Amino acid sequence: MKKKYEFVKNAAGRQVPTEVNGKKQTPFQGVHGYKPQGNKATQAISSCSDYPMDGNKVVGSIKEALEKAGLKDGMTISSHHHFRNGDLVMNDVFNAASDLDVKGLMWFPSAAFPCHEPMIKHLDSGVIHHIEGSLNGPLGKYASEGKMDGLAVLRSHGGRWQAVQDGDVHIDIAVIAAPTADPLGNATGDRGPSACGLLGFGLADSMYADKVIVVTDNLVPFPCIPWQIQGQNVDYVVVLDKVGEPEKIVSGTTQLTKSPDRLYIAELTAKFVRAAGIMKDGFSFQGGAGGTSLAFAIYLKDMMKEAGVKARFVRGGSTKYLVEMLEEGLTDYILDGQTFDLEGVRSMRENDGHVNTSPFTSYNWHGKGNFASMVDVVVLGATEVDVNFNANVVTHSDGQMLHGIGGWQNCLFSKCTILPIPAFRDRIPVIVDEVTTIVGPGELIDVIVTERGIAINPLRKDLIEATKDSGLPIRTIQELKAEIDELIGGVPQKPNLTDEPIGVVKWVDGTVIDTIFKIEN
Amino acid sequence: MTKMFQAGPPGKTIKSDCQVFYTPSSKPLQIEIESKVQVLFSDAIRKLAENTFAELGVKTGSVQINDFGALPFVMMAQIETVVKRAHPEITADVLPEFKDHARYSTSSVRFRRSRLYLPGNQPKLFLNAGIHKPDCIILDLEDSVPPAEKDAARTIVRNSLRVLDFFGSERLVRINQGELGMQDLEAIIPHNVHVVLLPKAETAEQVIAMDKKVQEILHREGITSPVYFMPILESALGVLNAREIAMASKFNIALAMGLEDYTADIGTQRTLEGRESFFARSMLVNAARAAGIQAIDTVFSDVGNEAALRQTVRETKALGFDGMGCIHPRQIKPIHEEFAPGEVEINKAKRIILAADEAEAKGLGVVAVGSKMIDPPVVKRAERTIRMAMDIGLLGENWKTKV
Repeated sequence: MKKKYEFVKNAAGRQVPTEVNGKKQTPFQGVHGYKPQGNKATQAISSCSDYPMDGNKVVGSIKEALEKAGLKDGMTISSHHHFRNGDLVMNDVFNAASDLDVKGLMWFPSAAFPCHEPMIKHLDSGVIHHIEGSLNGPLGKYASEGKMDGLAVLRSHGGRWQAVQDGDVHIDIAVIAAPTADPLGNATGDRGPSACGLLGFGLADSMYADKVIVVTDNLVPFPCIPWQIQGQNVDYVVVLDKVGEPEKIVSGTTQLTKSPDRLYIAELTAKFVRAAGIMKDGFSFQGGAGGTSLAFAIYLKDMMKEAGVKARFVRGGSTKYLVEMLEEGLTDYILDGQTFDLEGVRSMRENDGHVNTSPFTSYNWHGKGNFASMVDVVVLGATEVDVNFNANVVTHSDGQMLHGIGGWQNCLFSKCTILPIPAFRDRIPVIVDEVTTIVGPGELIDVIVTERGIAINPLRKDLIEATKDSGLPIRTIQELKAEIDELIGGVPQKPNLTDEPIGVVKWVDGTVIDTIFKIEN
Repeated sequence: MTKMFQAGPPGKTIKSDCQVFYTPSSKPLQIEIESKVQVLFSDAIRKLAENTFAELGVKTGSVQINDFGALPFVMMAQIETVVKRAHPEITADVLPEFKDHARYSTSSVRFRRSRLYLPGNQPKLFLNAGIHKPDCIILDLEDSVPPAEKDAARTIVRNSLRVLDFFGSERLVRINQGELGMQDLEAIIPHNVHVVLLPKAETAEQVIAMDKKVQEILHREGITSPVYFMPILESALGVLNAREIAMASKFNIALAMGLEDYTADIGTQRTLEGRESFFARSMLVNAARAAGIQAIDTVFSDVGNEAALRQTVRETKALGFDGMGCIHPRQIKPIHEEFAPGEVEINKAKRIILAADEAEAKGLGVVAVGSKMIDPPVVKRAERTIRMAMDIGLLGENWKTKV
């Protein structure tokens, strides 16, 4: 029996459901439109006398920890994704839940990866009712096909923290995989055989969940230093042989692109940043993990060296390229949200200038300010951009939901947001009349850099003025679109979408900005 | 049993291309389409396929198209190829619209520092080639295309010449040797080819034969803009006949060196130092200069080794060459940078140009820098140096007024 949804039109002009997974929703009300009232979520009062005086919270297995944590039908289990595609813990957690004959759980990961394909059997059997989190790979495909009971709820990294703080999501049990931990539950990501750098995506979970289980393969005697996760928030510690596969923690997205076109786009982006006057002493930038973003950082680094310019801080996703900048003195700090390679992990462990951050400090809507809006320039990817500069990162033009949001929405608040993207992929244009899914409103997206030219958002008169004599190939977004449409043989037809939603995209404030509909077979 | 014909690259890991399978029969034409971009382009693909078969006059048989995001001009070429493989008697060409951005012209004396080779049967490499701004783009029908794909490559190259914007790069085609090359000329010359590369040039007669054929086609098509020639010397005989080859046509604009085949021909191997080819390269430079045309060096094919590329370009420039070949866009910038004039050269050129300006303003017939008289060819050379310096960004456009 298909569930009936009621829809309302939000401030972005999109039809969004009024209720998702049993919870009433607020439609998107504009970029700064929504400020919920009341108090933040909190935990039940605990007493240390209920915990072992010797500080030893180690229990025998994941199953035992789940039982002791009181796992029952309909609960929410959360996890972080610092192990990316090398996670060996969460499949075991839901296998154990299945053994315990529990049903109707919600999994609340910060992101799921192809290694979590085994979750499909738990979705099929009803152990997991639905997943709220970034769905990459097979789980994205599964949800795209409308096979999941509830709707996929896609949130940004900051939006996840916001949802926990304003009570949109209540975590019953948080499972925090940790490369190193002590029996009290202090844990760190920067060392141990499965080192992943930091554990920032699990920090909110450790503070707000009713029960917290730390799972490690490297138990050290108290104290585990540094304690990125504090043992005072932890209920149980489980020791496994292996919690992650280090070679898969380093993801493919950290490979530098070899494509001459992508390198050209990256170089053009760096030249734009220089020409716009952004690259000056004390500036800051954020580069992502995609091949083009990495190449951007390398070109920018060369330009900084040439001009004798030094950054105050750089935001990671850290990679060896950012680490080199730090070690060569081209930036005072790396403020790092996740480490993408082992050089990043080493640097965080060894260098005081390489600082671990969390979505709270960087991205959270309910914080009293955050880093994201203080960054001078960010470069981000996108699957589509429309002529009004609205952009999409979660669906493709054919309607398939294939990617999560990550920190993308949060980063849009920087002083200058640039999307370096190819103008077309195979025959598919990247610049369209209207994006399939709005993930980022056009008013926050300043510049598109493609191999066929640069388009500046007309709202950014300052950037247009600053670069008008730069000699860079600056064109209107309509001109770029017309050129590509001619090359690919005209505007593509639209996918046939049903009126059945399979997911929603949340804005950073918890409102619903768009709906993802099932594709007709 | 009826035979199935096919066109397009083999395998499953194809990008921006398609496979077309065609089995002739007496039944009405039936077209099956499977496409990676089906959701977005199924209607457009079907319409294009039906139109292309209709224009070729094919009304029967069964067709399977496996599309991997081919652009329309590529799919048209693959369909035309498979039809002509099945029915060699069909001579109709299905030409995509000739775009305005494909109609720009060239100049016999333009820079030809870099020329980027693109295999004629790999259209995905053509699409963005021009954005990397090589001086010349070579759509290759010869050695980079396997014998069984010559017909497909010719049709793809022909369509590309009509459709793609190469953003100001000079449009070159390397034809095949002998009779095949003559057929190549028939297919490509009407579509704004700027320069034809003649491979394995050994005698003046080869150039003369090509020239005759090209003039015939241009006359027939009513085309008035010239097509230039760049013979490639790739053998001992070609090198020894360099002077005659260079002088064989007034449309020759350069001689090019082809060292892979040349070194094999003289019984040795290519080395990085290039001592074995010193004679041939010097011979070529002298023959070209004697004929008043450019001298272009061979291809540097070790894509990953930028340091060696730069070293090679420096030597090439020192030998008197105007440019060299490359096979990857990332080689273009190093080549342009190394061919760029040095500071001393630029300053000298600036002084000469300013002196020439002054002479002109005063109505003097003779240019002088200090007490030294400057001949017109030297002024011309200085102009070229200045243009190259501006092209690479070493000199602003307003250098005359800026101190």
